[in-house]
Amino acid sequence: AGEGSASTPGDGGGPPAPERVLFPPTFSVSEIKNKQRRHFMFLRWKQQQRKEKLALKKKRRKEREALGDKAPPKAVPKTIENQRVYDETTVDPNDEEVAFDEATDEFAPYFNRQTVPKILITTSDRPRGRTVRFCEQLATVIPNSHVYYRRGLALKRIIPQCIARDFTDLIVINEDRKIPNGLVLSHLPDGPTAHFRMSSVRLRKEIKRKGKEPTEHVPEVILNNFTTRLGHSIGRMFAALFPHDPQFIGRQVATFHNQRDYIFFRFHRYIFKSEKKVGIQELGPRFTLKLRSLQKGTFDSKFGEYEWIHKRREMDTSRRKFHL
Amino acid sequence: SPQVVWSMLGNRQFCSYKMTTKTQNFCRNEYNLTGLCNRSSCPLANSQYATVREEKGRCYLYMKTIERAAFPRRLWERVLLSKNYEKALEQIDENLIYWPRFIRHKCKQRFTKITQYLIRIRKLTLKRQRKLVPLRRKIERRENRREEKALIAAQLDNAIEKELLERLKQDTYGDIYNFPIHAFDKALQQQDAESESESDAEREEDDDDEDVDKREFVEAEDSELSDFEDMDKLETSSEEEQEEEEEVEKQASHSKSKGKTPLKGPARRKRPYIEIEYEEETEPSTKTKTA
Repeated sequence: AGEGSASTPGDGGGPPAPERVLFPPTFSVSEIKNKQRRHFMFLRWKQQQRKEKLALKKKRRKEREALGDKAPPKAVPKTIENQRVYDETTVDPNDEEVAFDEATDEFAPYFNRQTVPKILITTSDRPRGRTVRFCEQLATVIPNSHVYYRRGLALKRIIPQCIARDFTDLIVINEDRKIPNGLVLSHLPDGPTAHFRMSSVRLRKEIKRKGKEPTEHVPEVILNNFTTRLGHSIGRMFAALFPHDPQFIGRQVATFHNQRDYIFFRFHRYIFKSEKKVGIQELGPRFTLKLRSLQKGTFDSKFGEYEWIHKRREMDTSRRKFHL
Repeated sequence: SPQVVWSMLGNRQFCSYKMTTKTQNFCRNEYNLTGLCNRSSCPLANSQYATVREEKGRCYLYMKTIERAAFPRRLWERVLLSKNYEKALEQIDENLIYWPRFIRHKCKQRFTKITQYLIRIRKLTLKRQRKLVPLRRKIERRENRREEKALIAAQLDNAIEKELLERLKQDTYGDIYNFPIHAFDKALQQQDAESESESDAEREEDDDDEDVDKREFVEAEDSELSDFEDMDKLETSSEEEQEEEEEVEKQASHSKSKGKTPLKGPARRKRPYIEIEYEEETEPSTKTKTA
C-alpha cells in the first residue's frame, strides 16, 4: 500500500489541497505510518467528504425545486422522542379502565375536591444551609405547606403523627454533601410513595432574570408529557400537591415537564401580551427529578410493596426506552 | 530472656509491630495491652503478660506465662469473662491474683473501655442507620449528560408558553383577559355550538348584535409606552361585573407594576388598549388540568 496516485503528500504543512483528490480504492488513510502525513491526508479526505456531501445536498435541493408541487414531503428528522420504543402502558385518553382506576385510587378524594392539600416539608438529618433555604423556597412555591426540622426522628414515627394532624402529603428532601439530592414524596393517608433523585437544584438567587418573590396566590399546574400509566400516577401525585382551584389573578404557574424520564420543575409568572403571545418570567426554585421507585403504601423501606423500581440492568439497556 | 528481646526489638533493631510517629511509638501487636511500645507493654518482651480482647461482643482475658514459653501453640490462655461488669472485674482479679499491679490495672482499664464501646454499638444499631450507597461514576456521568440533553430537547419555555396559550384559547381563564375580536369570536362560536347542549341559557344573544356595532379596531401590539393604568382610563365599562374584574386586574397590575422593570417585557402590559365590552354573562368553563 502507499499513497498511490494521490497528489503530493504534505511535507510539514503541505501544499494547498488540489480540487479533486484521487485516492486509489485500496488506500486507507490509517495505513500511513508517518503521523504528520497521515494527519494531512486525513484532513484532505475529510474535506473531500464534506464537499461530496454538500454537492449531494445541492443536487437534492435542485431536484426538489424542479419537482415543485409534486416533490415528496420533507423527511422528518429522527429524534429520540420519535424513535421512542412504544410502551404498552401508554394511556389512551379514552381508556375507560384507566378512568375507572383514577376515579377509585388514592387521589380520588383530592380530585373530587373532598380534601385540601396540606404539605409537610422536611429534610434528612442535620440539613445544611443550602437545603434549608431550598426547603423554605419550596414552601413558598407550594401553598399550604409547612417546613419542619427533622431532629433525628424516624419517618415511620412521623407519619402517624402527620396523619393525625391532617396532612395530606409529606416531602422529605434528602441531602448529601451539603446539597439536596433526593426527594421522597409520600401521599399520606396510606398513599403511594415516590422516591426521586434530584439534580440541578437552583435556588432563587441563582436564577438569572428572575422576578420578585412568589406571592401567596395558588398557582396553576402544568403537567407535560406524562404518557404511561406510571407517568399518569406520578402526574397525579404532583397535581395533588396543589390546591384544586388556582387563582388566576396570581398569574403563577408551576410546571412539571417530563422529558425522557427526567421531570423538570419550573415556577413562572406569566403575562398575556396578546392572544398569541405570552411572556413568562421565572421565579422560584427549579430542579429536576428522576424517578427511582414507587411504593404502594406510605414510606416503608423494609416491608413496603414496590410498584416500580428502577433496575439499571434491565431498564437502562435501550436508549429509546422510557418509562414515564 | 525478655531483657535481651527488649534490648533487641525495643531499642536497636527492627520490630515489625512498632509504629513510630513524631511524638510516640505505638505497638500494633494484637495482644498489646496499652497499644504503646514500652518495655512494660511489649507482649514479646515480657514473659508474663495478660490482655483483654473482645471477639464478637464477648470479652476474653488472655494470659501468657513463662512455663509455656516453649509451646507457642499453647502460649496464650484464654478465659471468657462474664457479661456482668462487676463479676468480670472480679474474674480478672482472681485470675491475675499475684500478677504485677501494672498489668492488672491496665487489664481492667482496657476491659472497661471495651464494654463502653460495645454498649455504644448496641445503642447505635437501634437508632436509624445511615445507609451509604456508593455512587457509580460512569452512571452518574451518563445520567447528567442525559439530563442535559433532555433539557435541551424539552424546550421548556416554548412548551409552557404553548400550554398557556392553549388554556387561554380554551377559555379556562374566563373573563379575566379580554383580547381582540378574532379569538373571542372563535370562542363565541364554540360556545354557541355548545349552548345547545348546555342547559341554562345564561347568555343574552342580543348583545352579540350590539357588540358588532360597538367594535373598534385595536392598535397593533408592541408599542412600548402604555401602562395598564392608561388602559383603565380609556375603558367605558358599565357592568358591575366587568368593573369588579377590572379592579381585580388593576390590583394585579399594581402588583405587577411594583415589580416592573422598564426593559423587561413580561412584567407589564404593552399597548394602549381600547377595551371592548361584551356584555355577556357566560359561565366560566371548567378548568381543565392537562395530564
